[in-house]
Amino acid sequence: MRCALAVTLALLAAQCGIAAGSTAFPGDPARGAAIYDRCIACHALAYNRTGPKHCGLFGRRAGSVSGFAYSPAMARAKFTWNAETLDRFLENPGRTLPGTTMGYAGIADPRERADLIAWLRQATTESPDCRR
Amino acid sequence: MIVRINPFAALEDIGRRRFILGSGALLSASAVALLAGRPALAAEYGKKKGADTQSDIRILNTALGAELEAIAAYGVGAGSGLLQKPALDLALQFQGQHKEHADVLAKTVRKLGGTPVEAKSRYEFPTEQLKTQADVLGFAAGLEKGAVSAYLGAVPLFRERELARAAASILGDEAMHWAVLRQALGENPVPAAFVS
Ligand code: HEC
Repeated sequence: MRCALAVTLALLAAQCGIAAGSTAFPGDPARGAAIYDRCIACHALAYNRTGPKHCGLFGRRAGSVSGFAYSPAMARAKFTWNAETLDRFLENPGRTLPGTTMGYAGIADPRERADLIAWLRQATTESPDCRR
Repeated sequence: MIVRINPFAALEDIGRRRFILGSGALLSASAVALLAGRPALAAEYGKKKGADTQSDIRILNTALGAELEAIAAYGVGAGSGLLQKPALDLALQFQGQHKEHADVLAKTVRKLGGTPVEAKSRYEFPTEQLKTQADVLGFAAGLEKGAVSAYLGAVPLFRERELARAAASILGDEAMHWAVLRQALGENPVPAAFVS
């Protein structure tokens, strides 16, 4: 039932483990680090900016960083960030989560998303910025 | 001679045009929601007047928030004592242009009936990593590069096409900042044929 409340069908599919299709590429974190440059106008790993901080992203419920003013859409979201939900969201944030304030068209190339997600997985857990 | 322009001039009558165009675009939003198998969501969209305008306001406000942070970041750089002329003059000039972006974005949000976000009382910057002029310029270059990406990601999202044009006008300015900062750092100022 929790799945039925997920924000969109796309995320629902990802959350419930139905073919989410992000595993086609292994993902190269070195390339992903360069792709993260596209995010740094708004995000940092360790602190909230225009967008929420990314440390601890994996396994965290969407819209749950304290002290960050999320859109109602993100604050109400009932899913957790993992490779699949990130893949869906980053492909087209506004379509996946209508009403999001992340005004960013997304990353259309599945390989680029896989690289970025591989880097995020490392950086949001292992980087010195996130260990402090 | 450089003539000052207002990239948002074509938007002077945006409120009126939005009124005329609004309902058709609303329908398509409902259609998308229906397609996604969420009739309840579709109904909600249908009820919400001017969903397209709300979406444009959200995008503008997020961009405004980032511009306000950039203004503060250049303030930190210029006040750090690490920048010498001519780098200091560049920083102040670029800060002034970010202020112009922020002003026009806030004005546009208001024109659309929204409330512009305000500057935070406090921003976090990685100041402990800024020890030399090159560190400061490198930090600024990273933010400008990010800003180019952010506007590139915003341009296709605007429901009002004139807003896309105006955002592209800002993107061009920030790309110039990025190139000049790279040049000042002794890096290839224009490393690629495309920005991403
Ligand atoms: C224009 C600014 C901007 C850009 C560029 C941007 N984001 Fe965001 N991001 C936001 C905002 C604002 C939010 C909060 C959205 C909401 O509340 O609806 C957000 C939210 C997120 C979230 C959800 C986090 C949480 O705590 O639930 C993730 C994940 C994310 N962004 C990843 C990225 C990645 C990866 C990139 C680069 C490809 C990126 N963002 C680019 C502004 C941005």
